[in-house]
Amino acid sequence: MNQVLVIGAGPAGLAAARSARAAGAEVILLDASDSLGGQFWRHLPDNRPARKERLLHHGWSRFQALAAELTSDPGCEIIHGAHVWAIDASEHPIVHAVIGEPDGRNRRRMSFQPTAIVLATGAHDRTLPFPGWDLPGVFTAGAAQALAKGERLAVGQRVVVAGAGPFLLPVAQSLAATGSRVVAVMEANRAVPMLRGWLPRAWQLLPAASKGMELAGYLAGHLRHRIPYLLGRTVIAAHGATVVESVTTAKLDNDWVPIPGTEKIIAVDAVCVSHSFTPRLELALAVGCELTADRFVRVDRRQQTSIPGVFAAGELTGIGGVDLALAEGGLAGHYAAGASGTNPSLERKRAVFSGFAKRIEAAHGIRRGWPAWLSDSTIVCRCEEVSYGSLCSTARATASQSLRSLKLSTRAGLGICQGRVCGRTVEDLLAREAGIPNLTDGTTSDRRPIAVPIRIGELAAPPADQH
Amino acid sequence: MVARLLPFGEDPIRPAEPTPVTITVDGESLRGVAGQSIAGIILANERLGFRRTSAHDKPRGVFCGIGVCFDCLVVVDGIEDVRACQRRAKDGDAVTTQHHALPRGES
Repeated sequence: MNQVLVIGAGPAGLAAARSARAAGAEVILLDASDSLGGQFWRHLPDNRPARKERLLHHGWSRFQALAAELTSDPGCEIIHGAHVWAIDASEHPIVHAVIGEPDGRNRRRMSFQPTAIVLATGAHDRTLPFPGWDLPGVFTAGAAQALAKGERLAVGQRVVVAGAGPFLLPVAQSLAATGSRVVAVMEANRAVPMLRGWLPRAWQLLPAASKGMELAGYLAGHLRHRIPYLLGRTVIAAHGATVVESVTTAKLDNDWVPIPGTEKIIAVDAVCVSHSFTPRLELALAVGCELTADRFVRVDRRQQTSIPGVFAAGELTGIGGVDLALAEGGLAGHYAAGASGTNPSLERKRAVFSGFAKRIEAAHGIRRGWPAWLSDSTIVCRCEEVSYGSLCSTARATASQSLRSLKLSTRAGLGICQGRVCGRTVEDLLAREAGIPNLTDGTTSDRRPIAVPIRIGELAAPPADQH
Repeated sequence: MVARLLPFGEDPIRPAEPTPVTITVDGESLRGVAGQSIAGIILANERLGFRRTSAHDKPRGVFCGIGVCFDCLVVVDGIEDVRACQRRAKDGDAVTTQHHALPRGES
């Protein structure tokens, strides 16, 4: 029997596991956390359920149905606390995991050599640097969302949510439902460029009505909580002695350059900022998957990557939201199980919602002018504490056009987060400094052969059960 | 930074009644509820219990909240480099803050 290993139990992974089972394969589903749902359906611990959990989620009944079906299915083995730290690339790739507490020790090592792999590792927030973004009290929007949904913790009592993209809306809504006063949601893009991104061939949006309903629900929540939604304004600095006490916001032009004279200082005790998302590419790159020009995993119509037997779904292939992730996951699981025939209904959904992903990028994507809000002392690489001024002056002094050599000389991206937070920003700033579109040595900041940290003792322990 | 746990009696999603847990952070007892992350308990108690930076000795808080940024590293029961946002607190966890200063040359 075919065995499908699914990595990640968010919407795409759950849908993949379900459809691989429906197509007759045996499924192993790995997830690092101790409950299903991923970041999107993150919820209170399963031993402390909330009667009206659905109020915090879009598509909660869909999640409950998927989770109930998979947990009661003996043909689907769910392994929680599974931290996948490497994949050996070969004709039949081997997946290595440690099973246990996050960053624990003496965790059980396991390896898997399945017939097919579905990568559904999702994405994390990309926050551009600004003066003061390293102060405690500055959160990514994803952090605020995770703490609100997963613990019912509001990160602040008076909060500004800023950045770009439709994701800011559910975050503000979760904060309001957790007791924060959200002073404003600030979308950096102005109305005209946003509409230009959303509206071409608008009739194509009609089949995506459920997405419209999702967004309409968030907007209704905003009206209920009286949260202003401001366009063309953003947070350009955070201030405070040891923690955030206020932020400076400013109007932006179409290119995200702050407009002088429009600054306002707002007292807040927390600020949540996200400008985009970065796919979690470690495992895809380790196994050798090709990327697209915009640096997502390239897949064919069967959701298969450039590596035969390795499939990808969800935010790894483009930022498209839950409906696209569910459709892609369903198709990935189907074909990973070796099923023949097509699934026209899922293919139609994928086509509709992938149009949505392109519009989100066109309407809300990062514009080029943002470095205008940096100062020389702004920290760019949070781990190694490399400032913008030092990054640029080192790059100028070495006159290098190679990312590898510039990382070594500036130290940007070499710290404990391994460039997850600043990598793409550092690449962008260095290429500008060199006056070229891309650095020339062909390396990127996405490659991390050890996908999550494990302890030396665990590595030295006798190897694992092989599945 | 005034993070606050929504009291369960006021919560519109009507969760089950929580079980209290107590952890210590640098010797001080902090209370939270079962299922919270160590990061969540530290935040809700308005403490700065996370790492300090190596070069400039600046305090860091929870930034990404999902295990990506490594700003919230703490020592748990003697084990270093635990991402506090990823680890659910267990009653009695002894947490200490960690700080690794850069080696200084002799002058």
